[in-house]
Amino acid sequence: MAEMRYLRAINQALSDAMAADPSVILIGEDVAEAGGAFGASRGLRERFGAERVIDTPISEAALAGAAVGAALSGLRPVAEIMFMDFTTLVMDALVNQAAKARFMFGGQRSVPMVLRTPHGGGLGAGPQHSQCLEAWFAHVPGLKVVCPSDPASAYGLLRAAIADPDPVVFIEHKALYAMKGEVPDDLPVIPLGQAGILREGRDVSIVAYGAAVHTALTAATQLAEEGIEAEVVDLRSIQPWDEATVLASLSRTHHLVVVHEAVEAFGVGAEIVARMADIGFDELDGPILRVAAPFMPVPFSKGLETAYLPSPERVAAAVRRTLA
Amino acid sequence: MSEPTTSAAAGTGHNAAAELLALYRSLVLIRRCEERLSTMFADGEVPGFIHLSIGQEAVSAGVMAALTPEDTIASTHRGHGHAIAKGLSLDGFFAELLARDTGLCRGRGGSMHVADMSVGMLGANGIVGAGLSIALGSALAHRTLKNDAIAVAFFGDGALAEGLMHECLNMAALWKLPLLFVCENNGWGEFLPTSRQLSFSLEGLAAAYGIPHVAIDGNDVAVVAAHAAHIVAEVRSEGPRILECLTTRVRGHFEGDAQKYRDPDELAALSERDPLGIAAGQLTAMGVGEAALSDITTEIAARIEAAVAAARAAPAPLFEAAMADVYTGAQIRQPARQGGV
Repeated sequence: MAEMRYLRAINQALSDAMAADPSVILIGEDVAEAGGAFGASRGLRERFGAERVIDTPISEAALAGAAVGAALSGLRPVAEIMFMDFTTLVMDALVNQAAKARFMFGGQRSVPMVLRTPHGGGLGAGPQHSQCLEAWFAHVPGLKVVCPSDPASAYGLLRAAIADPDPVVFIEHKALYAMKGEVPDDLPVIPLGQAGILREGRDVSIVAYGAAVHTALTAATQLAEEGIEAEVVDLRSIQPWDEATVLASLSRTHHLVVVHEAVEAFGVGAEIVARMADIGFDELDGPILRVAAPFMPVPFSKGLETAYLPSPERVAAAVRRTLA
Repeated sequence: MSEPTTSAAAGTGHNAAAELLALYRSLVLIRRCEERLSTMFADGEVPGFIHLSIGQEAVSAGVMAALTPEDTIASTHRGHGHAIAKGLSLDGFFAELLARDTGLCRGRGGSMHVADMSVGMLGANGIVGAGLSIALGSALAHRTLKNDAIAVAFFGDGALAEGLMHECLNMAALWKLPLLFVCENNGWGEFLPTSRQLSFSLEGLAAAYGIPHVAIDGNDVAVVAAHAAHIVAEVRSEGPRILECLTTRVRGHFEGDAQKYRDPDELAALSERDPLGIAAGQLTAMGVGEAALSDITTEIAARIEAAVAAARAAPAPLFEAAMADVYTGAQIRQPARQGGV
């Protein structure tokens, strides 16, 4: 086991994937000379050359479309969009082109591309640099969506995403970049679609992804002091998501709370709740609850943003309510 | 308009006639395929929307004659000609337009998504301008993989107003990519003349991005082929170029569009610029007999009827197979109804 920061794990995964496969290229704004706006691709241009680590103009739509064309022509592009909010500008490339190419061309060719982008608040970045828009992409047949919560899963999932034959939206959380965590020495790949159980507990299942996993873990610690044992499931992949692991956990605890930082209404949690209300109905001993952001843009002020983001206290309150 | 450095039309002798005859064959193939589709569409046999390129065939035939099988193209919603000239399977084409399981896209794409990766045809596209960035990425891949191929982006003058146009021109010029921009300028963007949509010319745009540009008669296949031959060589060795082909949209924006917004005199005058008529006249002047031309038409008609018959006899697509192709390997959970209805 070695300790590694989340950002370093991303960098290591990119580096290892490029070393393993010469068809992997990086493309995006400031990914080459600057090493990425957050530093995720630092040193990679020096190691792999400017032909494989490519700075683009500020042209999100074209760089994402170019990734699709390159993926159809023999490369495995990893595109970076500096903030998830800017994915509004790449929607055609992702939704109409990448997601549908395999299907609408009769399975002639897959589109092996990854679009990396950071989401999330907590940094006072305001309404256009903080959004969690993963539900949009999870709603599109043909796309896969991943959101790691810690350095080990960031490494393992990014390697799996780059190796995957289909387009993957790989979502990092800005507030996690500096996080340190244990990473196994052999740097295992984590298959897409497999959740992890980070804490076992008999009383309630808390399902989360990304930074919200840490909110859930903090809530679980608080609840343990009250004698409530919460099981924390890190979803890791949002599309496909690990329905079997969530159902198995629910079958042990009979109570479910879903936590995410994205807006609650029409969010990822809504899908999880709907599925569990269907296939897990007989296991339920309480209402399935969601803890997520209110229906408002992410505010700038520290006080407003703190009130906006899901807190361990709100998660704990939801747990108490479903157990009541 | 500039003159080509070499021209099949300007040439003399057997080779020039043989080259033009091959181009004529391509024109006839595209025209007859689309006329057949038009009939079947009117009969209700072809579902959905189709956009015909009748009047624009010389662009497809002339440009594609300059490409290798390894070169890639990204096309438009009016893309039948591009696909046919690039050499896609004719059986697969008609089967797709008739929504059969044997179609190139197994009945999932239809006219606006005809693609044949095996011949470098990366797809027609339902989104105006979207093919530009796909061709850009394909050109980037060709250069990264050092395979000496080029990519071609076909687009109409309507796409000039798309933001992606500017992003792609900039990136292609900045990176000197092996990318040929081919504008099929037919003067119309859907139902409105592009003269009422654009405040600029493609020539001016090309100058702004520093990309060499030439505007040519896109209805004279010999002219298109001659220009394409040397421009494609330039793209392969030097970087991006823009070939603006002035052409004519004879049919409506989509099939079934009565074009009440067009001047009847303008429509009537289009026959004088018919690419097939122009090429046939040149061939006659070169001494190619009427029989040689009618033989081509007869042979192609038979080939098309065989493709149509095979498509009609082919099975409909299977829902399960379609579901299995959303993702590679179909490992994803589909919304099964095991717990619900």
